[in-house]
Amino acid sequence: MLSVVVFLPLAAAVVPFAIPRVTDRFVRWWWLAVAAADFLLTIVLWAARPGGDGYAYEVNLRWIPSISSGYHLGVDGLSLPLVVLTAGLFLACAVYSLRQQKRARSFAALFLFLETVSLGLFVALDLILFFVFFDLSIVGMYFVIAGWGHRDAARAALKFFLYTFVGSLALLVGFIALYVTASPHTFDIVELTRQNQLAGGGWAAGLVLLALGVGFAIKTPTVPFHTWLPPAHTEAPAAGSAVLAGVLLKMGTYGFIRIAMPILPDTWRRYAVVFVVVGVVSVLYGALVALGQRDFKRMIAYTSVNHMGYIILAIGAAGMAASSATEARELAVTGAVTQMVSHGLITGALFLLAGVLYERGGTYDLDRFGGLAASAPRFAGLTAAAAFASLGLPGFSGFIAEFQIFTGSLGAAPVATVLAFLGILVTAALFLRAFQKVFLGKPGTPAADLTVAEGVSIAPLLVLAVVLGIFPRFLLDLIEPASRSVLNLLAR
Amino acid sequence: MNEDPLALLPEIILAAVAVAGLLLGSYLPRRKQWPVRLLAALACVGGLAATVAVWGDPVRTVFGRSYAVDVGTNAGRVIVLVAVLLTLGVSAREFRSAPRESEWYVLVLLAALGTIGLTGANDLLLLVAAYLLASIPLYAVAGFAKDDAGTEGALKFYLLGALLGITMLAGATVLFGVGGSTAYADLQKALGTAPAAAVAVGFVGVFAGLLFKMGAVPAHFWIPDVTEGTRPPAAAFLTTVPKIGGVIAAYRLAAAAMTGSHVDWALLIAIVAAATMTLGNLAAFFQRDVRRLLGYSTISQVGYLLMAVAVAGRNELALPSMLLYLGAYAVTNLGAFAVVCALPGRRTIDEYRGLLRRQPWLALSLVVCLLGLVGTPPTAVFAGKLTIFTAALDGGYAWLVVVAAVNTAASLFYYLRWIAPALRRGGGPNPAVPGGWAAATAYVTAAGSLVLGPLAGLALAALRGDLASM
Repeated sequence: MLSVVVFLPLAAAVVPFAIPRVTDRFVRWWWLAVAAADFLLTIVLWAARPGGDGYAYEVNLRWIPSISSGYHLGVDGLSLPLVVLTAGLFLACAVYSLRQQKRARSFAALFLFLETVSLGLFVALDLILFFVFFDLSIVGMYFVIAGWGHRDAARAALKFFLYTFVGSLALLVGFIALYVTASPHTFDIVELTRQNQLAGGGWAAGLVLLALGVGFAIKTPTVPFHTWLPPAHTEAPAAGSAVLAGVLLKMGTYGFIRIAMPILPDTWRRYAVVFVVVGVVSVLYGALVALGQRDFKRMIAYTSVNHMGYIILAIGAAGMAASSATEARELAVTGAVTQMVSHGLITGALFLLAGVLYERGGTYDLDRFGGLAASAPRFAGLTAAAAFASLGLPGFSGFIAEFQIFTGSLGAAPVATVLAFLGILVTAALFLRAFQKVFLGKPGTPAADLTVAEGVSIAPLLVLAVVLGIFPRFLLDLIEPASRSVLNLLAR
Repeated sequence: MNEDPLALLPEIILAAVAVAGLLLGSYLPRRKQWPVRLLAALACVGGLAATVAVWGDPVRTVFGRSYAVDVGTNAGRVIVLVAVLLTLGVSAREFRSAPRESEWYVLVLLAALGTIGLTGANDLLLLVAAYLLASIPLYAVAGFAKDDAGTEGALKFYLLGALLGITMLAGATVLFGVGGSTAYADLQKALGTAPAAAVAVGFVGVFAGLLFKMGAVPAHFWIPDVTEGTRPPAAAFLTTVPKIGGVIAAYRLAAAAMTGSHVDWALLIAIVAAATMTLGNLAAFFQRDVRRLLGYSTISQVGYLLMAVAVAGRNELALPSMLLYLGAYAVTNLGAFAVVCALPGRRTIDEYRGLLRRQPWLALSLVVCLLGLVGTPPTAVFAGKLTIFTAALDGGYAWLVVVAAVNTAASLFYYLRWIAPALRRGGGPNPAVPGGWAAATAYVTAAGSLVLGPLAGLALAALRGDLASM
């Protein structure tokens, strides 16, 4: 079942190449149909999930027995929300790209390929399988940016590829070190978690965590490894940016929670303060630099650094040995996962809106716009909703996530948490300022309002963010058992 | 005695067909030499069949203890023969109806024969003989076109080969002198009590010759000149096949002969590996000529292969991982060269601009092969790299793994410098229609490299086994 969900998009990507003389129109609708089907399948996965702890829909086949690496898939409360989010965001991109004119066939094939890769990463329970998907996500996104990006796309794509590839190799070295230190040797995440072989491992365990930390931190990205992000986002096409921010960035934070914390609990607790500091610096630095941007897309890119910072802060605080209560730490981890989902929805929507802005004005420069609310009310309304959601206003999912993160972290890392509060103030300021510049003020050149495809792709993401903001229980019920088991593993 | 000629059936087929091809070629009209090509291809297929038929047989040595028939030899045979088949594919157009077409096939077959001899040699004397058989036809291959650039490359190749052939012979003499035998099994017992300095000198001498064969630092100087100067199919052959013999022979020398000595040969090989991958990558960085770039890239690839040699005999993953990487490398590297052969008019990176537009499938093959050389999953080289890194880390060479990881990241840069223009639009008029056979070879290798990766589990299981140790 999981394999079908993962590989359906890839199998479907071949079809437009197999049929002779296929029209672009067919390709776009085919893509949409496949993405919708896969999204429905993930909903079924959620609905039909058997209760209880542990992994659902587990598959474990022999793959490379010589190095005990298997084709091991499974979902739990940490990965299932991200799987559904991934399928949903790709569906939104398929709808948004119904007007995609330029080489539609290759574009659709690449996105379907990326969808398989992203879904595969979130369900992989084997380090090698995880790494394969991790690396392929980089390759796929490189071609999206290089092939369909704006003016400076070639440079940005190169930087993106090189930078994140360095991260993936650090990760590979860390994975191999985990394999070598395990006995019996294995790449299986579940088995490695059970062994916990590096407990009290001293400097060797520290080095492994460093390798994993650098690998995931580059992908997340956190300060000081974030410099690839703004150019990649600025040059990528709108759908590419939405996937990059909404799905690919989650791979880093998901890696921390799925791999680094359960497999190296002892070491994680010892160095948790490093993650807290990195998280807070990312929060503040991301927010402040975003405040200084005039380019709308660059601004959102930096707010991503800010939002990812909250997640790192939360998982760092969860590892702090300080006498904070278990409930608080559980809240922090749950908040981190909720934040991943919430950020995926909201930032995905924001990047698609940025694509609309570029479509209308041919630029992302905030100063070149003004008074668009008069001529494009729907556009203005959706952007306002997305901006408020992103700054964490109550009623949106971002509030639920950040509230949990702050409550959970306050006991363990009070100073850091208070500092991170300031990040919210700055993001509020910058979103209001950007909104005022573009939509309010004296009307400039009028712009067309949202088309149906644009509206249908963006609005559901924000509706979901609101639903999660008001009725978060159905999501939290899924995440909480999983974050409890992560904490149990961490407490060993 | 164990003088069983049937054990050498693949080698015998190659030798017989080489002679037959030479004779047949001299009786055929110049424009109709395709039967020789067919004969060469049949020889490879026959050799492959003969190898696969004896794959699972127990390890043994034949003709005294001089020649091992084990997983190393068998894998070497398969990889070399597949590489020769692919070389025939890329060279079909280049040499069709050329004045010396049949000589080309004969030289390729003889060099392949020598290379297979290197992989199986279990005795220093046979190793030297195989070295010569594997080298001399290659000098002629390098200068085959008789043009200035090719002749210069061939001369450099020859001089370096002659020099390091002498050091190899001298090293073998020293090891014979202190060990009392040339057979690896005897050396393994004797070298433990022999003076360490003499053993070290002897080992370095023999190893230097093998470094020349695989084109590793510091014996790599011939690679860039030969790859740039000679004809592209010859360059494809020269950067792929000799390495197979050199690497397997080095592994066998280290694992079978040197493990008894007190010389820290592993550290020496590890340092050579680190230097090879680093220098190869740094030199490739700003090359504009695609063949020179590929030449330096093949140097860096040898560095990764040598990592497995450095941990030879220390864990059971070292040999299978190295053989897997060799096979993956051979297919992927030939694939990249096949694209170059299919587009003989384009020499520099900039001339590949717009390839995606004009030749989408060829461009895709190029991308797969180049990313494959980087070691991007799920290609075959990724599986090889993963297992080699694992073997090296398990063998205690963490620093080498870190160096290799950094190098891999760095290598991405120059491969992308080639990929990026190929994907971009623009570019001049298409200089020539792509050659059918070379393009087909490119597609086959790219597909093979993609398919072999996920099947690495099966390959590793087949490559598991011991080297002959007696």
